[in-house]
Amino acid sequence: MTTIVAVMEQREGALRKVSLEVLSAARRLADALGGTVDALLCASGTVSGAGDLGRNGADRVLTATHGDFGLYQPDGYAATIAEAGKSAAAIVFAATATGRDLGPRVAARLGVGLASDVTELAVEGGKVVVTRPVYAGKALQRLRLDGTPALLSIRPNTIRPSEAPKSGAATSFPVPTFTPRVKVTGIKAPATAALDVAEASIVVSGGRGLKEPAQFKLLEDLAAALGNAAVGASRAVVDAGWRDHAAQVGQTGKTVSPSLYIAVGISGAIQHLAGMRTAKTIVAINRDKDAPIFKVADYGIVGDLFEVVPRLTAEVRRLRGE
Amino acid sequence: MRIAVCLKRVPDTTTKIVVAADGKAIDETGVKFVPNPYDEYALEEALKLKEAAGSGETVVYCVGGDAAQETIRTALAMGIDRGVLLSATPGADGLEVARALAAELKDGGFDLILFGKLAVDDYNHQVGVMVAELLGLPCVTSVSRLSVASGALEAEREIEGGVEVSTATVPAVITCDKGLNTPRLPSLKGIMAAKKKPLEVKPVSLGTGTIAALGLALPPERQPGKIVGEGPEAVATLVRLLREEARAI
Repeated sequence: MTTIVAVMEQREGALRKVSLEVLSAARRLADALGGTVDALLCASGTVSGAGDLGRNGADRVLTATHGDFGLYQPDGYAATIAEAGKSAAAIVFAATATGRDLGPRVAARLGVGLASDVTELAVEGGKVVVTRPVYAGKALQRLRLDGTPALLSIRPNTIRPSEAPKSGAATSFPVPTFTPRVKVTGIKAPATAALDVAEASIVVSGGRGLKEPAQFKLLEDLAAALGNAAVGASRAVVDAGWRDHAAQVGQTGKTVSPSLYIAVGISGAIQHLAGMRTAKTIVAINRDKDAPIFKVADYGIVGDLFEVVPRLTAEVRRLRGE
Repeated sequence: MRIAVCLKRVPDTTTKIVVAADGKAIDETGVKFVPNPYDEYALEEALKLKEAAGSGETVVYCVGGDAAQETIRTALAMGIDRGVLLSATPGADGLEVARALAAELKDGGFDLILFGKLAVDDYNHQVGVMVAELLGLPCVTSVSRLSVASGALEAEREIEGGVEVSTATVPAVITCDKGLNTPRLPSLKGIMAAKKKPLEVKPVSLGTGTIAALGLALPPERQPGKIVGEGPEAVATLVRLLREEARAI
């Protein structure tokens, strides 16, 4: 029987949103290959949201429960996934901090290659064929996965979760014996508790045009008004120490694909454009009408950001208040 | 302390990508190649750790063609003691590169094997972790803070909305992220010294792997957008367009 394993992620006992995207990608492969989907969860107890995975296409929901699986346990998770997926046609991961760590471990254990950060997938001639951005999105690479299982991780925000009701039968999966070589001892909250730029559906990014670090408050206010928005930054301001590297968008930062990207005071260096050009809608606010950012922006306002952004924030608040 | 750093030669991040005639690779004409930026954090960390330990050896390994000798010399100019070029042309399957490196590093007696968290050309995020798995070593990826003392290490890495803290024992594999350190620039003295440092070239044969590269293409150009207007007066129009036309808010 053809099985696709969808690797789910949980944080503090709650299913992560990106897992529905992974599940939908796995469902598409299963439908094309004529197979079933096993959604696999590593956890230390019950996971909220796991009961609903049938709705997005899980035929079975396998839960591997272990006392050390509350936090990420790289060696234990990898051993479990390799065991659950060794006879599968494909294993789908999320290209998240966890998934990017885990995918190559499973690939090495099973002796097959891995396609990382996939943004499109299909089945052609019985094989999984994927498209993935390379050179930070300056080019797109098409790969055919000839290994069994085919291993891939999908980039957050690129595969839309879809409903495909299946039974989602809850099944426990035994954790194989593993050697814990790394121990995750905890998660520290970041200095600014905020949504990650790679996962947010709206990103408001700032560059040198903001003139000083404190002015990022303008962008934080706009992000708060928009809701579900993260504040990003250009390389220049990260290198200057104004913002944490976690917020950097571009070739040596994160590649993001939000539904809305608002670039404020960012001229649009090639490395930055590479990191955000796949956003669905791009807005640029810059005082220089010749800035390269306007070449990729769907909508631009030429003007002083210190006047434009507060007005935009007020307008969005007014809209949301209605 | 003995530390290995695995290095990749990549196009400079300011490169404008042109697809080669075969439709599978980039056209390298006029492209400037540099050490992978994330690998520079690995090189710097190796040098710092050796300096702190007071003794030991740092060795840089690179899988690539002859041109990668120049990339290795850059690492030697930063202060790495010697270099090894595993001469081969890597394909699309990172596991094959990992296998070649693992075979070479297996009996090297290294306390730490350092990588960049990803290479800015193929964005695979995978070879370092694969090497660790193949060697049965602990591995922490995307590390932005590392402390090593008495055979144990503590590492921090950024995860979505937080920082994950891990412990492990050495020998171990670490993949390095921005924030770990500030890579030094090669000094003139370093550049001169690098010319005399040992650089061994070893041909290796890579397997074909299980991933076939079908093609490389440029992404579709974005349609040129419109300037909605100038100054704060344009905001109302922008918001209307975002709502009604783009349906983005």
